[in-house]
Amino acid sequence: MTDQNSFDVLRRDPRAERIIRNRLHPLHDTYINTGAGGELTEVRGPSGLLRKNPHNVGFIGPNGIKRIDRLKGNAAASGKGRRSSAAQETLLPLHQVENPDFYVVVVPDMVGGRLTGQDKDVIGQAHKLAVGIEGNGAVLAVCFGQSKEEHFDTAGVDRLLLLDDDSYEGYCPEQRLAALVQVESAYKPPFWLFPDSVNGGSDLGSRLAARIGERPAAQAWQVDNQTSICRGAAGTIDITRTTPRLLLLAEECADQIDETRHEALPVELGAVPTVIAKLQDQGQVAVDPNAISLAEAEFILAAGNGIHNWDQFHTAASILGATEGASRVAVDDGFMPRVRQVGATGTWVTARVYLAVGISGAIQHMQGIGQCDKVIAINTDAGCDMVKRAALSTIGDSQEILNELMTLVQQFRTQQSEGGDQDAA
Amino acid sequence: MQPKQSIAATGNNLKIVSLISVGKHPQSGRVRRADQDSRAVELGMKLLDSGNPTGGDSLVVLHAGDPKEPGLRGYAGMGLNSVQVLELDPAADAVAPLGEYLQQFAPDIVLTGVRAEGGESSGMVPYQLAEKLGWPIVPRVADIISVEAGVAEVLQALPRGQRRSLKIRLPFIASIDSAAQDARQSAYGPASRAMMDIEIVDSSTDQLRENWSEAPAKKRPKRLKVIKAKTAAERFKAATAKSQSEGGKVMQNESAAEQAQAIFDLLLEEGVLR
Repeated sequence: MTDQNSFDVLRRDPRAERIIRNRLHPLHDTYINTGAGGELTEVRGPSGLLRKNPHNVGFIGPNGIKRIDRLKGNAAASGKGRRSSAAQETLLPLHQVENPDFYVVVVPDMVGGRLTGQDKDVIGQAHKLAVGIEGNGAVLAVCFGQSKEEHFDTAGVDRLLLLDDDSYEGYCPEQRLAALVQVESAYKPPFWLFPDSVNGGSDLGSRLAARIGERPAAQAWQVDNQTSICRGAAGTIDITRTTPRLLLLAEECADQIDETRHEALPVELGAVPTVIAKLQDQGQVAVDPNAISLAEAEFILAAGNGIHNWDQFHTAASILGATEGASRVAVDDGFMPRVRQVGATGTWVTARVYLAVGISGAIQHMQGIGQCDKVIAINTDAGCDMVKRAALSTIGDSQEILNELMTLVQQFRTQQSEGGDQDAA
Repeated sequence: MQPKQSIAATGNNLKIVSLISVGKHPQSGRVRRADQDSRAVELGMKLLDSGNPTGGDSLVVLHAGDPKEPGLRGYAGMGLNSVQVLELDPAADAVAPLGEYLQQFAPDIVLTGVRAEGGESSGMVPYQLAEKLGWPIVPRVADIISVEAGVAEVLQALPRGQRRSLKIRLPFIASIDSAAQDARQSAYGPASRAMMDIEIVDSSTDQLRENWSEAPAKKRPKRLKVIKAKTAAERFKAATAKSQSEGGKVMQNESAAEQAQAIFDLLLEEGVLR
């Protein structure tokens, strides 16, 4: 990879370029006028006129055809530069911390196994705080449960403590708290940072604060090593206070890390005692997906002009357990109610998974799904905008694909219920 | 109305305490009953209604602070006979006297809101009480479905309208989410007739908070989109290009079954199929 990179690197000679641009430069002729044979192509004749030797101009190209470079070598350079910049992703400089003096600990939410935007903000804040303390510090991220995140390095994680045992699965705040207390005694971090979110960060942070007797700064949005500003009184006042050890940070508290790459070295934690849980997680309860408002639904099945069998679409939505959405055309044609419209004039959705069936993707619709993580498209036109946006696109008849998908999901459901019965027995 | 047979508190004699605070209307700033706290009171009254018909259950609505606060009457107007008030200096720390009271009273369920509408509103009171009493805490409860043989079944509100079912042994502390049932209307007559049981307690002043400065909330600056393009061509692209995820997988020639399988795998991986 490095060899290829060094091969692709465009070496510019600014001096030569300057001389080529400047026709009055004494060396201009030597850079411009040397033809294929090494002889001069332009000669000043005896009467003072410029005489060109056409046989000397240009060079023989790779196919044996004569090529004349009328841009004097500039075009090739710029063309090559553009191509290489598009192709290669620049490798960010690596930020290394060897033998850190202290750790700033971040406990991200990891919704769906990935870092959320707020998690990345909090990691950015952790780096800001680490810089303000003497000595070289590292940012330690403590992540619970199965992780699907692949970009811990570019998010700014120096050390990663991944606790993905079965005991941390599901809702187990007491067990997680025990692990955090262990981290507290092992690392004695100068700062504990949690995202102040409904996804569990606020809960876990408050538990730890109560356990270690810290008074946290909740909804903190401007933090440095001395003072922090927090939203209080349900967001109506700003409280300026000295920065405590434990912070519950609001969204967009600091800029995310985007100019460095970090090591994300895994670290180990000693055995965490198993806690006898007083809370028993019974799992999530089935909720009517259409009772959830479209703006906050997690999984949306949206229909557009390409749907002809509406009964099948509604059955598919209920089998998949998805909230129904629609494009403007489907609403205007009277197949779906206005409240189900996704897009600029309808609802701006925030779904994690958006399954668009027969929607080609007008720009107003694409604006509405701008915040969706994974878009899946089922469409007959492979060139439409929705296919360009989607993480997975299937080109074909939506009716057939939905039928196959429904049978798959039903098989999965029956298997799951059989497995559940066996577990219970 | 909710069906009454769902909660069978046979001979439980549940003791429920609901902690209330003074709320503030988000737009007008007028003093009112706090939204989440009043939902907590509503949930307590629902448990009481549907519980033991002989009247073994009890609900105490408890406030720590100034008993003359007009916002407290909003709770009383929901049909309470009395409101228990621990009279405190407004600058004092409320957790210590509340903890002592709860330790003595030994309730089965303590209901609070998630966050207060005034003061620091860090939402730490239930956690500190739970730590002090050694009880479990359930945050963001939407409903308490049943209390049977010392075990309660609780519905927790999750983001995106989801619900999680939890089983928990009494006694416990629950903070009530805004997804819980709306509080009933507050009536003026019962509000002015209700008794205020005042108990004067003393508590240390909140030293830490005296050093804080408070100001009306400023509008937070919006985060600017910083374009870190090195060349003019990149800047032009950043300004004009549509944000499109690149490298999406396109399945064009596969059979419908294979395509459906690919979609199914992705849905399973994202964990949206339950």
